[in-house]
Amino acid sequence: MPNNLTKMLSIKNLKVAINGKEILKGINLEVNAGEVHAIMGPNGTGKSTLAAVIAGRDIYEITDGEIKFKGKNLFSLSIEERACEGIFLGFQYPVEIPGVSITNFLRTAVNEQRKYRGQDPMPANEFLAKMEEKKNLLEIQAKLANRSVNEGFSGGEKKKNEIFQMAMLEPLLSILDETDSGLDIDALRIVASGVNKLRNKDNAIIVITHYQRLLEYIVPDIVHVLYEGEIVKTGGRELALELEEKGYEWIRKGL
Amino acid sequence: MIDLVKEISLKDSMIRLFEAQQALIGKNDTSVVASRRQDAFNHFKKLGFPHTKMEKWRGTDLSRALTQEYTHYLEPFQQDVDIENLFKCEVPNFETYLVTQLNGWYTYRNSALKTLPNGMIVGSLAKAFEFYPDLVNKHYGQYADDSTDGLIALNTTFAQDGIFIYVPDNVSVADTVQMVNIIDLDRNLFVQARNLIIIGKNSKLRLVQCDDSIDHRESFINSVSEISIGENATLDHYKLQNKDEQSTLVNTIFFDQKAGSQLTSSAISLNGGIIRNDTRVKLGGPNCSANIYGLYLMDKDQHIDNQVFMDHASPHCDSTELFKGILDDHASGVFNGHVLVRKDAQKTNAYQNNKNILLTDKAVIDSNPFLEIYADDVKCSHGATVGQLDSEAMFYIRSRGISETNARMLLMYAFAAEVVNKITIPELRNRLDDMVKKRLRGELSICDQCVLHCNSQEKKIKFKIDMSRI
Repeated sequence: MPNNLTKMLSIKNLKVAINGKEILKGINLEVNAGEVHAIMGPNGTGKSTLAAVIAGRDIYEITDGEIKFKGKNLFSLSIEERACEGIFLGFQYPVEIPGVSITNFLRTAVNEQRKYRGQDPMPANEFLAKMEEKKNLLEIQAKLANRSVNEGFSGGEKKKNEIFQMAMLEPLLSILDETDSGLDIDALRIVASGVNKLRNKDNAIIVITHYQRLLEYIVPDIVHVLYEGEIVKTGGRELALELEEKGYEWIRKGL
Repeated sequence: MIDLVKEISLKDSMIRLFEAQQALIGKNDTSVVASRRQDAFNHFKKLGFPHTKMEKWRGTDLSRALTQEYTHYLEPFQQDVDIENLFKCEVPNFETYLVTQLNGWYTYRNSALKTLPNGMIVGSLAKAFEFYPDLVNKHYGQYADDSTDGLIALNTTFAQDGIFIYVPDNVSVADTVQMVNIIDLDRNLFVQARNLIIIGKNSKLRLVQCDDSIDHRESFINSVSEISIGENATLDHYKLQNKDEQSTLVNTIFFDQKAGSQLTSSAISLNGGIIRNDTRVKLGGPNCSANIYGLYLMDKDQHIDNQVFMDHASPHCDSTELFKGILDDHASGVFNGHVLVRKDAQKTNAYQNNKNILLTDKAVIDSNPFLEIYADDVKCSHGATVGQLDSEAMFYIRSRGISETNARMLLMYAFAAEVVNKITIPELRNRLDDMVKKRLRGELSICDQCVLHCNSQEKKIKFKIDMSRI
């Protein structure tokens, strides 16, 4: 871990409810540039809610706490402003958008983000070259350009497409929500190696997963266990292994 | 030229007009045309104009259009105009064989009725009455049933001219035939346009039917087309409608399909006062397929009505209907899809779908997909959706940094693209794709170099869909 920590994400006492039911019960989390965090936990424990709240999904009620990103209060930013600030959510269930080509979609996204940062739109040839470069980096063979976003994609293709978008948008903070779910071992390896190639000292990644399998490929610096809306344990890489060995029952007993 | 006065009802004016001018109206008639005309007149006297108490007209109110003063021309005029001065097709690289009607009458350009090297005959229906009576007698009035619909009866009563196309057997027509119907007059016009299209066995035709108006008068176009598709023949048909808000367009088409024939018909309606597309398909022999598609983008007080009657009269036929629309402001729409599977039509596959996005709580859609099945070995389905834009998809798109406005635009465009992508003529698809984008951005006016391009630049109307009110 770098000595000079650049603070990226800071979550304090975050409480979130949906339809009056409290899902997150006071989350505290600090993520610095260059770090990879893993958030593990059983189903229905609030992992995806946490990811969606950071990205700005507005179906939740924030009942307490704060989230700061690079010192800015996230709650005052729209979904798209958060993305433009550098937050990326890799969806557990990427949405199919028939009729919108990946090229058109990403070009719009890249250029809107550039506009937000006061940059001119990326010239078409430069954009297409970048698409090619990132496709090669991630070992994507499929002809993506003219396909509609996620339409008719297999589970593996959808997840690869999420990482491809991450590569194109070059976010500061990527939250990968169960990127491993529905992947066979080969697809998992490709997706994980893609993420590793995108990892650098200036960005941070939060990996949300059930299983430690993914963490063999994307090695985290810090592992958190989210259980019934609270982070009940935080540790190093070894925590994931211990969890794998003892199961979530172990956490339950420890509480 | 006859001015139809307001003192008596339009129905009575039309009846008096026919009684007084019967000889003139029917002067080119063949025996069959004359007898159809007489039958139709009797039907019209009985039926009159349709009204909202009729089941099929419940959602479309013509009463305002029927109380206007109209002019009805019983003799051709302006037939020698150079249509290029009025109209120029702006679809890039779109080579078509162009046939035009101006204010309801065929415009001659070079000749009234032409036989092309491939044997195809194209031209004025009035001239076809004269020169091809056998062909006319065999097909005219055979498919258009006017015993139940007063507007069809009225059309047959007064039909004098329109477009006639005959494709002989075994001819694959290379050029797309483009039928353009232009209204450009300084008075309110009532037009009974009539088209007859006959496609021989194993032949192929692509047909683009454009309806446009240049003036801003209260025109009423009552158009009836009969299209006979021979055994194993293929017809690719498009209707492009971009009219001004004063206009009323009722476009009724009867497709008669013989065994093994294939039909695809798409109606793209981007603007118009009242538009009603009444499409009736008879699958009259085994192994036919019919795909009927529609896309409508309406706003302000515009009204769109799509009626499809799919008559599965033979076994082993497939039909698909997909109609999609976005309605903004006070716009209203109707979809009535009726699939009839007759007793002997086993192994029928019939699908019907109507999807709508309403952008305001004042916009209305009345959607009635309807199946009537008398055979037992069939696959049929129907569905209708009315909704707003998918919030999951909105979140997904915005989470990539795309603004809410653009996310909506992308989704609406994607919604419409499903229909646009079914257009198989690449130049036309690209152009319509463009027009739909412009329409959604609020940049498309009826005279903005769209499918039709006219000279009257100063008559632009601005239409818009307000993105902020989804």
